[in-house]
Amino acid sequence: MTPGGPPLKRRALLVGGAAVLAGGGAALGAGLAARDDPVAAAPASFGAETVPFHGDHQPGIETHPVQAHAAFVALDLRPGSGTADVRRLLRLLTDDAERLMAGRVPLGAADPELPARPARLTVTVGFGPGLFDAIGRPDQCPPIIRQLPEFRTDRLDPRWCGGDLLLQVCSDDAVPLSYALRRLVRDARSVTTVRWTQRGFNPARGAEPEGTTPRNLMGQRDGSANPVPGTPEFEQAVWVREGPDWLVGGSMLVLRRIRMELETWDDFGRAGKEMVVARTLDTGAPVTGGLETDDVDPRMVDGRGIPIAAARSHVLQATARTEGEKMFRRGYSFDDGPTTDGLPDAGLLFAAYQADIATAFVPVQTRLAESDLLNEWITHIGSATFAVPRGARPGEFIGQGLLGT
Amino acid sequence: MTSFPVRLALLGVGLAAATTLVGCGGSASSATPPPATAAVAQTAALTVTDAWVKAADGGMTAVYGTLTATSAPVTVASASSSVSGRTELHEVVESGGAMVMRQKEGGFVVQPGSPHTLAPGGDHIMLMDLTAPVRAGDQVEVTLTLGDGSTVAFTALAKEVSAGEEKYEDGEMSGHESGSHG
Repeated sequence: MTPGGPPLKRRALLVGGAAVLAGGGAALGAGLAARDDPVAAAPASFGAETVPFHGDHQPGIETHPVQAHAAFVALDLRPGSGTADVRRLLRLLTDDAERLMAGRVPLGAADPELPARPARLTVTVGFGPGLFDAIGRPDQCPPIIRQLPEFRTDRLDPRWCGGDLLLQVCSDDAVPLSYALRRLVRDARSVTTVRWTQRGFNPARGAEPEGTTPRNLMGQRDGSANPVPGTPEFEQAVWVREGPDWLVGGSMLVLRRIRMELETWDDFGRAGKEMVVARTLDTGAPVTGGLETDDVDPRMVDGRGIPIAAARSHVLQATARTEGEKMFRRGYSFDDGPTTDGLPDAGLLFAAYQADIATAFVPVQTRLAESDLLNEWITHIGSATFAVPRGARPGEFIGQGLLGT
Repeated sequence: MTSFPVRLALLGVGLAAATTLVGCGGSASSATPPPATAAVAQTAALTVTDAWVKAADGGMTAVYGTLTATSAPVTVASASSSVSGRTELHEVVESGGAMVMRQKEGGFVVQPGSPHTLAPGGDHIMLMDLTAPVRAGDQVEVTLTLGDGSTVAFTALAKEVSAGEEKYEDGEMSGHESGSHG
């Protein structure tokens, strides 16, 4: 099943408070019906849903709505690895991904129950600078992947940075995800070591009407202004259109580990929280009015002539000011706390796909680092960038155009 | 029933495909790239799916997968591969309280509607006298010769697993007992 069209239509229906209320009413109705006829009202199970592996684009980017669970694993090639090793690695990962996403075991595995209900499992592969160097093709690495600028507010810990190869594994169910990850890494082990692993989550599937923008751990709807998968705006923002064949139809990924200072945020007043972001906490609508899908209006003033949305508010600074600045955020919350002192250790795995990091993430993050009011409560502590090859066609392995057969 | 002439015609297609492969000299860099994922060989009489080979530094190893007869019983009489000096069709049987492997008399007989699984601990294609290491992710070309003399070629993807290390009946061993881990 492709998670494409229907959810989008439903999302269009579900924006705005009244529509959400209607959705709640429908759910209530289903609950009542369940008491009368438990069989007829049993919720449809999503465990068997699959996402196609082959296509123009890799899965796990436009897969919509974003799955509930994710693991990002950065691998480093073992010293001395060359083109033949990377080719073997990608052949194995491709074969595993194809089977696991279809709900089947990898070759040689004998536990069909574990992957049988993949719940929209996706495996996405990205290439870091070290991979291009190892195969003797450094020229093929987009310069911005090799050298992301430092931003003023960065407090990067090498523990969460870099990587020669990225595996992004997502699913609506943490169990098939765990199985897929262990089988993929098992097959990668002879050629790579694990550099870091970051796990993230979004609200459980079905907890809110499908298509609802996920809430992050600060309580905000996160991704309200995202381009919608399947639209020309999305295609324009996300897919690489010019360059080598292996990259055209691919994308670029920035993954930032953003720690949230939730202790102080929690004690900050609600009005202040909404002022900092310029969107309301409950619906995600602009503080200047309208629906969640509307933009914040920077010109709107109150009775005393003071702008309602602060100029340095997060949304006003983050909003794309050119077409080139648009990107698709596919973020996940992380929570590795509490610490021994009982403090939160949590935040956001900011994962943004874009056609060109140099024209999108870089100018936007430069602006945010300079003036975002939210900086008092967030700190970027990890950073990694990857070139994401186009999708594999049947019979191809991921990145085959770069590696050759 | 007209299945007999139909099957003959399909066999002809299979032979043509095999001839093409021979024409390429078995080179991995043929004009048509080998499938990246588990190779599926298609001929009229027999298909091979989910084919894989156990990675090995040298000595011997085994090929596994699923053989499906498409319309009539098929006998796999022998096999050869791109990495082995010698290739045998094996079964695993209990002997003296241990599982041992030995050549399968009469080859593998595959009945239509009843796929024949080659798996660790069971029937498999034994690659012996390896001419090169088989590393995880390598592709091994395997050719089966059927009872009627036609051939079926397929590609097996090499995987690292610890299963399938039964003792060899004549005393040779490919490794340690896999015990219950298979």
